[in-house]
Amino acid sequence: MKEKIQVILDQCIGCTICVKKCPYDAIEMKDKKAVIDLEKCTLCGACVPVCPTKAIVIQEKKRAIDRDITHYRGVMIYAEQKRGEIQSVSYELAGKGRELADKLGEKLTAVLIGGKGVLVAAQELTARGVDRVVVVENDNLESFLDECYSKILARVISEEKPEIFLAGATAIGRSLIPRTAVEIYTGLTADCTSLDVNPETRELLQTRPAFGGNIMATILTPHHRPQMATVRHKVMKEAEKRDGRKGEIKAIEALAEELVSRAKVIKFVEEEESTVNITEADIIVSGGRGMRGPENYRVLEELALEIGGAVGASRAAVDAGWIPYSHQVGQTGKTVQPKVYIACGISGAIQHQVGMRSSDIIIAVNKDPHAPIFDIADYGIVGDLFDVVPKLTKKIKALSK
Amino acid sequence: MKIIVCIKQVPNTTDVKIDPKTNTLIREGVESIINPFDMYAIEEAIRLKERLKDTVEATTACLTMGPPQAESSLREALSMGIDEAVLISDRAFAGSDTWATSYTLAETIRSLGDYLLILCGKQASDGDTAQVGPGIAAHLDLPQITFIRKIEQISKENIVAERLMEYGYDVISSPLPAVITVVKEINEPRLPSLKGKMRAKKAEVKKVVKADLPFNDKFIGLDGSPTIVNKIFSPPKKEPGHVFQEHEIDQGLDVIIKTLRGQNII
Repeated sequence: MKEKIQVILDQCIGCTICVKKCPYDAIEMKDKKAVIDLEKCTLCGACVPVCPTKAIVIQEKKRAIDRDITHYRGVMIYAEQKRGEIQSVSYELAGKGRELADKLGEKLTAVLIGGKGVLVAAQELTARGVDRVVVVENDNLESFLDECYSKILARVISEEKPEIFLAGATAIGRSLIPRTAVEIYTGLTADCTSLDVNPETRELLQTRPAFGGNIMATILTPHHRPQMATVRHKVMKEAEKRDGRKGEIKAIEALAEELVSRAKVIKFVEEEESTVNITEADIIVSGGRGMRGPENYRVLEELALEIGGAVGASRAAVDAGWIPYSHQVGQTGKTVQPKVYIACGISGAIQHQVGMRSSDIIIAVNKDPHAPIFDIADYGIVGDLFDVVPKLTKKIKALSK
Repeated sequence: MKIIVCIKQVPNTTDVKIDPKTNTLIREGVESIINPFDMYAIEEAIRLKERLKDTVEATTACLTMGPPQAESSLREALSMGIDEAVLISDRAFAGSDTWATSYTLAETIRSLGDYLLILCGKQASDGDTAQVGPGIAAHLDLPQITFIRKIEQISKENIVAERLMEYGYDVISSPLPAVITVVKEINEPRLPSLKGKMRAKKAEVKKVVKADLPFNDKFIGLDGSPTIVNKIFSPPKKEPGHVFQEHEIDQGLDVIIKTLRGQNII
């Protein structure tokens, strides 16, 4: 088999940039030329753009029959709802979707699937600049079911033929959209933090973090449509609501076979703690090993309550059993991106950093002046959290009076 | 019947760092590990086999697609107590995105036959996509339950599990076979025993190359992948912040309060 990646030896100047850039340790210098170990190379493409002399080439795809993708037009978003209420991530998609549609000179359509009441909720989307909403309302669609929702979504997409499709990178979005993308055979880029479109090629530039945020990658879907992406919550700006703005609302019926699901939702259990939903929170007060015990989380809760924040934790605190897993921020927990992240008694291991480093403002309180958390903090205080945090809470309380 | 676990060998994120001078990845001494989330899937498979032993005779099989050196991850899974290991490795599969990867894994699973349950970690720590699990379910036309934190009940015919959502959890019931993805909360992975390590050394790892199965050329490797990587770059570097020392705590608190005010938080 002919290999798809090559170094043009005449052009290689032996600068070793590609060696450093390769995430898989697949490039070596031999006689001052780059040699790619094909056993290790995954064709990820990291080396291609960094080569100053363009000496590394990944063979372009040649397709016998290119799928005709020219009749796919417009931008479509998946409007996520919970008990008939449209979720804020959908308004963020409406904002970004509007911008992309305008750049392409196309319409913005939303798909809204759910139980009774979603037809009425569709107006919330048109008021935020969505041109059309395709609504599938059915009592059997009250709870989210992967199989039903993906069958309906696949049909709507194949009928409407949008060139771009966006959904939230939420628990639902990250379950439903990959299933749908496989069914309709198109590319999907997960968890994008930036999206742009080239109006000439009509290609969607999908940028996302990889390797736990250590590198960013821009992904394209050149030969398949729609170009699908899930978008990280709280990164894009919500579309503003303007009363009186109207659009087309098109109700369609779910087909009988689309309402059949093998998996069934028996019940939904809501976690009652108000401080738990760290992925939605604008402010997170987080505690780590320095908390020393479960009872001390009250110190953080008091501050969180005062500033309207949620309480997070590092893996160390969760593993010690001081706080439930749903609070964990980091590689094996949740990725969060609040406006303000206050890390208390968290040393800031890389596994924690990857879950919170893209927060707008990072504040760290730690006894250890050499804690790595201070490297990424906007403001740090070297001190005992049991001294610093209550002081901060007290000062804020005094101010609000 | 088989309980199948799909795993991925990834570079240990702890080691992947950016050189502040050259702004490139430092990977000297970067170790390869089993994707941390897959460890929970392996552990759960071993526990389920035990849990089911009175009702159904199940064996566990671990699958990975990757370069030849991914075999070491399979041996690690064997040392934990997995019964059988399959390495899907061929240059023809290189460059696969999540679509092509889930296709290749699904076809291999189909060829193994007689599967009861397919487990995956919720996502891999290098790509973070969470797409391969649902992708396998779609290719095999199986029900899926993602982000499981607890398996309440399991029998030969059915599974009841808790799926983690943003505001709580769903309790989902599904007939088997099905595809599930698991989160960290589900268990604590065991360490391999000495006996397990000895067994893993000697055990046979089954190899699958492209020619072994009727893969459709259109759906594998770089050509079968709808997405391509256009460019890779370092995230914009953050300006260094200000750290207040122990004697400057009050000063620091004032700056923090000013910042919170600026954000309209207080």
